[in-house]
Amino acid sequence: MQVTSPIREPLVTGHKTMHDITEDICRRVEEKPSKAWLAAFGVSLMMLIVGGYAAASTWWYGIGMWGLNKTVGWAWDITNFVWWVGIGHAGTLISAILLLFRQKWRTSINRAAEAMTIFAVICAGTFILMHMGRTWLAHWALPLPNTYGSLWVNFHSPLVWDVFAISTYLTVSLVFWYVGLIPDLATIRDRAKLTLEKYPLLDTDTPEERREKRKKRRPIAAFIYGLLAFGWEGGAKVWARYEYVALILAGLSTPLVLSVHTIVSFDFATSLIPGWHTTIFPPYFVAGAIFSGFAMVQTLMLITRKVYKLEDYITITHIDYMNKIIILTGSIVGIAYVTEFFMAWYSGVEYERYAFLNRAFGPYWWAYWSMMTCNVISPQLFWFKKIRQSIAWSFFLSIVVNIGMWFERFVIIVTSLHRDFLPSSWAMFSPTLYDMGDYLFTFGIFFTCFFLFAKYLPVVNMAEVKTILNSSDIKAKAKATEYLKEGGVVAAASPMYDKGKDL
Amino acid sequence: MADTRLGHTKERFIVGIYDHEDKVVNAVKKLKNDGVKIYEVYSPHPIHHIDTYIGHPRTRIPIAAFLFGALGTLSAITLIIYTMGIDWPMIIGGKNFVAIPTMVPVTFELTVLISALGMVATFLVSNNMGPGKKEFMFDRRTTDDKYALVVDLDANTLGEEQIRDLMVKYGAETDPLPRIVER
Repeated sequence: MQVTSPIREPLVTGHKTMHDITEDICRRVEEKPSKAWLAAFGVSLMMLIVGGYAAASTWWYGIGMWGLNKTVGWAWDITNFVWWVGIGHAGTLISAILLLFRQKWRTSINRAAEAMTIFAVICAGTFILMHMGRTWLAHWALPLPNTYGSLWVNFHSPLVWDVFAISTYLTVSLVFWYVGLIPDLATIRDRAKLTLEKYPLLDTDTPEERREKRKKRRPIAAFIYGLLAFGWEGGAKVWARYEYVALILAGLSTPLVLSVHTIVSFDFATSLIPGWHTTIFPPYFVAGAIFSGFAMVQTLMLITRKVYKLEDYITITHIDYMNKIIILTGSIVGIAYVTEFFMAWYSGVEYERYAFLNRAFGPYWWAYWSMMTCNVISPQLFWFKKIRQSIAWSFFLSIVVNIGMWFERFVIIVTSLHRDFLPSSWAMFSPTLYDMGDYLFTFGIFFTCFFLFAKYLPVVNMAEVKTILNSSDIKAKAKATEYLKEGGVVAAASPMYDKGKDL
Repeated sequence: MADTRLGHTKERFIVGIYDHEDKVVNAVKKLKNDGVKIYEVYSPHPIHHIDTYIGHPRTRIPIAAFLFGALGTLSAITLIIYTMGIDWPMIIGGKNFVAIPTMVPVTFELTVLISALGMVATFLVSNNMGPGKKEFMFDRRTTDDKYALVVDLDANTLGEEQIRDLMVKYGAETDPLPRIVER
């Protein structure tokens, strides 16, 4: 057990015991869905259905349903794809990079953030599949043996790199998330099995007694969570292996997070379009992705915290830390915008200069300045502690940042395309209802999946929060100090407290 | 003593329950000093280094991760060189048939993918885990807030009573006393 500095804010408040943590998190899974959950789930299902109609129409009639033209061949589809991939970045970042940096505050939010990653990447993938036009030929993007004269995919193409990057990212994030879930699934399984033991159905029971007992027993939960828990027993040997797996997955995922958005940026950067062909894109896209991802985590965590009454686990300290990351990444993104402009001027290439002046002062000036306001100016408000620690401000600004990041992708893609080298082919892009419907469809997927996750799986990583409880709670710390005085041995990573060596 | 009823050899364990991680670590160390061989400690969360105190060998999961990663790198390089350079060579964008810079992204992704999947598969196989696998829990509260220290009676020279007394002396719960579990 590591005892942290007394001046640090506790990460778990309310003097929780380990059993309290189990109760608080498992109760949400075990109880019947609340009216608020049903209402929210209903709204997301509606989005899924209405958007699903637009998506089905797009698949049936083709992408001619979109507002694309021969000049603007990429617009909302790729904007939404890049935006969703960016949203997905915070989850793995919280799980992987913060784990490597030993940031204990990640433990309360990593589970939901990882789930968010998976759903966001699924939404991103939906746009890629739609954008292909003929989705049923999506497997052609994979290097599969075929009968077309051994015609292989082009490994020199950034679009093929994207296929590998996104599918690897989705798979590894899914594995990381599921491995992390196993101990908590076992907790729910064991709680369900304990109720079965507590209320055995006996031959001597009267029909009324049996009916009463049946209401309390949870055989379906015991069966399903039993299947999902993979036979977890929680021995020291298994935990040791588990920790290594988590650490190595974090080590593998860290460069993976950076590589995915780098490769997404290559879709643009390796082209020769003014406004896309820039070397700053990889770090700029990665920073933007983390920026938007953290904003989305903030939005979802503030809602989850309120609805599930998790104020003791997702504290103001957590919100404050996330806002600090938003300031950092928002500032990096701001510098990137300025650098792009400077490099366009400094390059001396007139097309490049024009592309950037057109962004700021051309027909899409409103999109550019929306982006600048939302992404560069608004996060700077978080320098003020009162704003950074205010739930209402954090919620509002997290949404503003996500709107801004959507505009950033729109600006990069559409303003760079709509005025190409030939003024005779200049064109404007306007989205159709199907563009909007497809976007709504992915929101439907995202929120439906998120609400199902929040209801049927533990939203906070119980095992990890239990690990930090002793070092994050004043009472637990006092208990350990008292125990030391009595000559006990503290479970120690720190040799300072490891009295066991003297035994 | 092993029970041989119905032709099955049953293992007999004594299970002590502790309510704090510090207590169970203390008990592990002191029982080891008293010459008791510990079978396993079950806990609701990882306790750092307790596996080494018990005497479990260091895990070789990192080696598996490295080997699978190397397999991923090799397969990616082989795949790209075979498809782009040997089976259907085409000049695309003036690049070489085997252009190393363009091989980097896919090679990296496959290295990560195969390493991660291989390591997790190794983890599941080595722990005998998988979808729907049946667990054997010495105490179901160990996934909630209790710690179970398990001693295999057949592997120890000390008797049941002596081990039970030592467990209690080092902080095991007394209500109920450490109990015998057969498997």
